[in-house]
Amino acid sequence: MTVPAQKPVRKLSMKQRYSALTHDLDWTPTYVTEEEIFPYTTFEGIKVHDWSKWEDPFRLTVEAYNKYQSEKDRRLYAVLDGFAQSQGQLGLTDASYMNAMKIFLQGIPIHEYDAHRNFSYLARYANGPGARFAALCQSMDELRHAQTEIHTLSHYNKYFDGMHDWHKWSDRVWYLSVPKSFFEDAMTAGPFEWLIAIGFSFEYLLTNLLFVPFMSGAAFNGDLPTMTFGFSAQSDESRHMTLGLEAIKFMLEQDEDNLPIVQAWLDKWFWRGYRLISLVAGMMDYMLPKRVMSWKEAFELYFEEQMLNGLFKDLAYYGITPPRHVQWAIDEKEILSHQVYWVLYQYSHAAAFTTTIPNEADQAWLQEAYPETWPVFKEAVWDKAQRVQDAGGRYFNPGLPQLCTVCQIPMGFTEPGDPLTQCQRQSVYEGERYDFCSDGCQWIFDREPTKYRQSWLPVHQIFQGNCGGPTLPDVAAWYGLQPGDGGEYLGSPDHQNWLAWHGQAPKED
Amino acid sequence: MSVAAEPRPVGVDLQENEENRALVEAIEADNDDLNIRHMPGMIRLTKTGQLVINQASVEARLGRPWETHEFQLAIISYFGEFVEWDDDQIVIAWKH
Repeated sequence: MTVPAQKPVRKLSMKQRYSALTHDLDWTPTYVTEEEIFPYTTFEGIKVHDWSKWEDPFRLTVEAYNKYQSEKDRRLYAVLDGFAQSQGQLGLTDASYMNAMKIFLQGIPIHEYDAHRNFSYLARYANGPGARFAALCQSMDELRHAQTEIHTLSHYNKYFDGMHDWHKWSDRVWYLSVPKSFFEDAMTAGPFEWLIAIGFSFEYLLTNLLFVPFMSGAAFNGDLPTMTFGFSAQSDESRHMTLGLEAIKFMLEQDEDNLPIVQAWLDKWFWRGYRLISLVAGMMDYMLPKRVMSWKEAFELYFEEQMLNGLFKDLAYYGITPPRHVQWAIDEKEILSHQVYWVLYQYSHAAAFTTTIPNEADQAWLQEAYPETWPVFKEAVWDKAQRVQDAGGRYFNPGLPQLCTVCQIPMGFTEPGDPLTQCQRQSVYEGERYDFCSDGCQWIFDREPTKYRQSWLPVHQIFQGNCGGPTLPDVAAWYGLQPGDGGEYLGSPDHQNWLAWHGQAPKED
Repeated sequence: MSVAAEPRPVGVDLQENEENRALVEAIEADNDDLNIRHMPGMIRLTKTGQLVINQASVEARLGRPWETHEFQLAIISYFGEFVEWDDDQIVIAWKH
């Protein structure tokens, strides 16, 4: 057998192929004006002088995209098959782990689909071929993410509660208005703001905090399919991060008048995204039976080290400063997860996941991860919840919480430096009062009150009679919740089944 | 800008599996002072300055042709910027 001395020579280099198959396929219209073809890229005030300067560092072409994406899918579906065949759900660390995946399924895939829609729009309406093609790839990625996430988690729906009506819940259930309002806020912005909101602030600045520790957490808790779709999606995410970074630099390089517009969007979307992923903080620190790292550590690693000490020094070249309310986020890193999980715990009777008091092992971990703040929260809330439980009860908050008008999270956050005093900010607009959880959310409202006054706030909607009725059973029925979907984990059907599957206790009928 | 920026860390998170072993070894060989951190399912490589992935180094360890596009199958996340992504090399660094 003869071995060729040299590899076959490609006709075109990667650079040339990219150029020929993306930028060179563009043409200059003559029958119609550019404004008629691309009518949506001027109203936001962003000035662009030369769209050809938009480059994709990945230098992807349709051929390369299809080749590698199909390989990613092949690998994923092989894993899903093996997991299902081998009854992999039995090898999870605990059934309570599934609560994290319930929130993920309820809160994320549908908005991957939203992202798919909006990137399709950019793939049509961005003026430059480089931007259009990168948006087209991301649009297809986002569709793939929605599909693979739903497909992967559908296996668990056969065995666990809280996964059957995620689509309906997304439109109705209180905590799911948090991600829904975030993505719909971004989708109803213009194309450049969308790129800063999703492409840059969410994908580049913050998505690592959602996916990386979480998927590593899946790997650590025996959840092979979630780990695999997560890492598979995240490999696309690297391209999305690149698109986000390219987008912000492109805007900043095109015209210096773009700087204040971009900075304000960055200030806004950092805070919107940060508040959204506070749900992840609660999941990471309280819902994973085995934890890879704490929220605090992930925040330091993926945000402070990488972004504040890396990226923002790079962007300083263009005059960009770190996000307006970033110090507030840094100051919250020790308390964020405690506050979020406490909210989830006391309202889980009206949710599609279950919660429970951190057990002995959880508490030991929390003590080690948060030596300063865990004892404060333990005494303030968990010892009381434990006393209620010891007396045969379960603490659920019987009232409805006030929601922040912007992030839509119940008002459970606190004043800086004082972890037990609730923070409440108010603005009055045209005679109506609006309430906020933080300076960040208030600042966002005050910039665009006519947008945020339209918020669909789930608690307001209940009081207005739009959610099935005035009582909890009425609302739960309207949500489409079934017995077992929410409430206390200990003794829940998921818990009982788990014990029965492992021969630890008879299943009670 | 001719002013050299102060060197800052850049890095990449990769899936830790058999297929990526040669890639990780190639990155280790071509980047001095590389920091390595293992987490469940993944490996995190960081370095001050720039991080380089050479096609030739990967192919030498893999024993088969390897397109730099294949790096997309391995990567989970990164920080820094892809200042070069060509047929023979990928470079991650901060531009400013």
